[in-house]
Amino acid sequence: MSMNSFTGNRALVIEEPLIFEQGEPQRSGVDLPQAPEIADRLGGLERQGAIGLPGLAEPECVRHYTRLSQKNFGIDTGFYPLGSCTMKHNPRLNEKAARLPGFSGVHPLQPASTVQGALEAISLLGRWLMDLTGMPAIAMSPAAGAHGELCGLMAIRAAHEDRGDARQIVLVPESAHGTNPATATLCGYQVVSIPANEKGRVDLAALKAKLDNKVAALMLTNPNTCGLFESEILEIASAVKAAGAYFYCDGANFNAIVGRVKVADLGIDAMHINLHKTFSTPHGGGGPGAGPVVLSERLKAYAPVPFVRTGENGLELVEHCLGDGEKSFGRMKGFHGQFGVMIRSLAYILSMGGNGLWQASSDAVLNANYLLARLSVELTPSFPDGPCMHEALFDDRFLKDTGVTTLDFAKAMIDEGFHPMTMYFPLVVHGALLMEPTETESKQTLDLYVDTLLSLARKAKAGGAADDFKAAPRMTPRRRLDETRAARSPVLRWKASE
Amino acid sequence: MRFLPLTDADRADMLKAIGAASVEDLFCDVPASARQKGPLPLPEGLSEMEVERRLSTMASRNLTPGDVPCFLGAGAYRHHIPAAIDQLLLRGEFLTAYTPYQPEVSQGTLQYLFEFQTQVAMITGMEVANASLYDGATASAEAALMAARVTKRDKILLSGGLHPHYREVTATQARFTHLKVEALAPDPFGIEDLMGRIDAQTACVIVQLPGFFGHLKDYSALAKTCEAQGALLVVAVTEPVALGLIKPPGAMGADIVIGDGASLGVGLNFGGPGLGLMAVREKYVRQMPGRLIGETVDADGKRGWVLTLSTREQHIRREKATSNICTNSGLCALAFSMHMTFLGEAGFTNLAKLNHARAVQLAERLGALKGVKVLAGSFFNEFAVQLPKPATPVVEAMAARRILAGVPVSRFYPSWPELENVMLIAATETVTDEDMDALIEGLQGVLS
Ligand SMILES: Cc1ncc(COP(=O)(O)O)c(C=O)c1O
Repeated sequence: MSMNSFTGNRALVIEEPLIFEQGEPQRSGVDLPQAPEIADRLGGLERQGAIGLPGLAEPECVRHYTRLSQKNFGIDTGFYPLGSCTMKHNPRLNEKAARLPGFSGVHPLQPASTVQGALEAISLLGRWLMDLTGMPAIAMSPAAGAHGELCGLMAIRAAHEDRGDARQIVLVPESAHGTNPATATLCGYQVVSIPANEKGRVDLAALKAKLDNKVAALMLTNPNTCGLFESEILEIASAVKAAGAYFYCDGANFNAIVGRVKVADLGIDAMHINLHKTFSTPHGGGGPGAGPVVLSERLKAYAPVPFVRTGENGLELVEHCLGDGEKSFGRMKGFHGQFGVMIRSLAYILSMGGNGLWQASSDAVLNANYLLARLSVELTPSFPDGPCMHEALFDDRFLKDTGVTTLDFAKAMIDEGFHPMTMYFPLVVHGALLMEPTETESKQTLDLYVDTLLSLARKAKAGGAADDFKAAPRMTPRRRLDETRAARSPVLRWKASE
Repeated sequence: MRFLPLTDADRADMLKAIGAASVEDLFCDVPASARQKGPLPLPEGLSEMEVERRLSTMASRNLTPGDVPCFLGAGAYRHHIPAAIDQLLLRGEFLTAYTPYQPEVSQGTLQYLFEFQTQVAMITGMEVANASLYDGATASAEAALMAARVTKRDKILLSGGLHPHYREVTATQARFTHLKVEALAPDPFGIEDLMGRIDAQTACVIVQLPGFFGHLKDYSALAKTCEAQGALLVVAVTEPVALGLIKPPGAMGADIVIGDGASLGVGLNFGGPGLGLMAVREKYVRQMPGRLIGETVDADGKRGWVLTLSTREQHIRREKATSNICTNSGLCALAFSMHMTFLGEAGFTNLAKLNHARAVQLAERLGALKGVKVLAGSFFNEFAVQLPKPATPVVEAMAARRILAGVPVSRFYPSWPELENVMLIAATETVTDEDMDALIEGLQGVLS
């Protein structure tokens, strides 16, 4: 049977050229009034020559983007168990709320008296995030998880410097996400790595051996990237504190413990919360997100500007730290943070309520443990001795001698209609497969996923299937892409042919 | 709860399969002292209808530009966004996907980002652009770090015509990475001398086009001085619509162009999320932060796109990465790119012309007001005016008349008394003749 068609199209999967290959300069998808003739005041700085942008009429634009969308897999398409990313359902009420003209249309520099509703939204979300974590302060402006990490470390560094303590080192476990060490560097620190123990947790003895008066902070993800709760976290926190350092927690995995664990009770000084994970805002093909950071009493004074507070005439924005004794480390983001993302999270928390959030983390953990239990029949769990939290980690031992790699296995899943899990991360196990189902998946979906993975694993183990796996995926808009070629001679933009 | 599909029967079955007596057992690694005791201090969940009502009430407490005349800019500009764009943005395949790690099922995201990179490079006049950063202010900090890597120098020179948030965010980042920042005084008259301050330690100079106070300047000579001194010229653009009409920074010799793309497709949203833009000369691409999309072929030889040059990034290089950025502004990049596509060359140029024409008309009318002086000789769609009174109370009094008249510069520079009477005022295509009449009439009342 030939899969070729005259057009190269396959029914709903339609080849779509770049906009630059289909436009005509005189066409446009927008009609604006013609600009009046005026004596310009450009001071001679007028552009010379055309930009070269293509022109498309509205129907062509709409079709272009619709066709592109059909080459994408989203949560709306199917199961997306990308570990560490919390790909939960994105409620459409969030989108509707963020589009209320009174939110989407407000300008960031209106007088405070005209944006009391917007300031209330920021303040209320901040209040609830503090309530959920038990922490006494929050910085709302960070733009994403990594930016929240930077906020936390900057506050930590400012606090040390305030005491004249020039500590140089940040400890980061091997299992940490790449943003953690990268953030430490951006904050001027040296990174020292801490090994994991055989239970997938921080090696407490190794940590203690590295804790001295040069260490500014520990950055620890909890639950960690192996999907495990750091069971010795209280000992870790007190050791860090005893060494005069601060405890930064990467809260990317907060979804596992919302409503069940108070971060404040773990001895944490700062933790970012990814609103685009735990609080259901869409990932949007890479962003935008938001990464508010809760802070301990010890770090509170160093929080960045701006922040919202109650003043004489209602809510006000504090945009500068001017007074004597002001310790804020300054500004790290334009305007007031990811407001549109905050509104979506607010809609989510209002919808869920305290009970709903508690049920969500319970179901997230239940779903992950269900995957762990059922998949362990054929796959090799990295840490089989106890339950996991919101995600289940496997490694590639089950593929040993099959000729099939983690990558091949993941690509075969695509042909079965599943988005692959996170692959090759965390780095502490070989050929990692990290699966995070989230609470918004049904048992039926999980069962089909498990049955599919079990049969793929059996197929791999039966032998002789390596070529078949290596040829996957076959049914996607594109087959495997040549990444080496892309990097060797980079083509990063379209260019008109000469 | 409408977002949770599991039933109690499912939960019981699943616990049985796991071999656990209860969900509590799954939390056995949590120290007892840290477990939540008692109910959460949050309200009960609400139905969709109730949430909508509550948030609508909150939103209605804001005065919304569009309902009232609005002349606010200072880094955030109100533009008309074609209706189709938001509907396309809501397609779940765009909205609910993540970073295109699996290119075979992410060609949609990858292709629009490749188109976005091309559009940004074209309008800035640069060779390559990345797939977005958080916003313009953080892009400025990233540019400073990048320039320091490229030149192996540590001095960052900030123009007094650069947006104060860009200045502050860059200074914050510099402080923590041991870069030295020299920030020139705010420059409402556009008269500062940057060239004399560039020396052998200078990693980069960051200027803005159009400037924060509105001025249009040709930075070609500055670019030459930078080149001669081995420093990089970074040009910030807070209003990309201007690039439809004015000479692009690339043509002036910029090494790095940064900016915010929120003007196109994204909208105001009280200032966030924005869309950090960064375009550079090709020879610096390996020092660039952020994701890059590149063209390649698949196993059948068909053209396709992938994330590329990832060895710059945190997930590969960890502490040696060019930046810590991971989540960026993907969907905002799509909004920007769609708006550019809908406009096309003709639409984009005309949009820019309309903005400029509106601003010229406004400047003429304001200049005729007693005691009001327009400070910029040349400008695009925004300029600074000197008022006969402090700007903040004027703006408040105008807001009481339901007119958003402008942005007092003292909001950014509270400790500069000489700027107390200076106000920024912008006019985009959304401003009508009636809006202008209302502004002039209002100012006549408030200033008299
Ligand atoms: C464990 C962990 N830490 C940090 C991050 C960075 O968060 P963001 O992508 O929001 O910057 C991520 C996610 O991507 C993560 O999984």
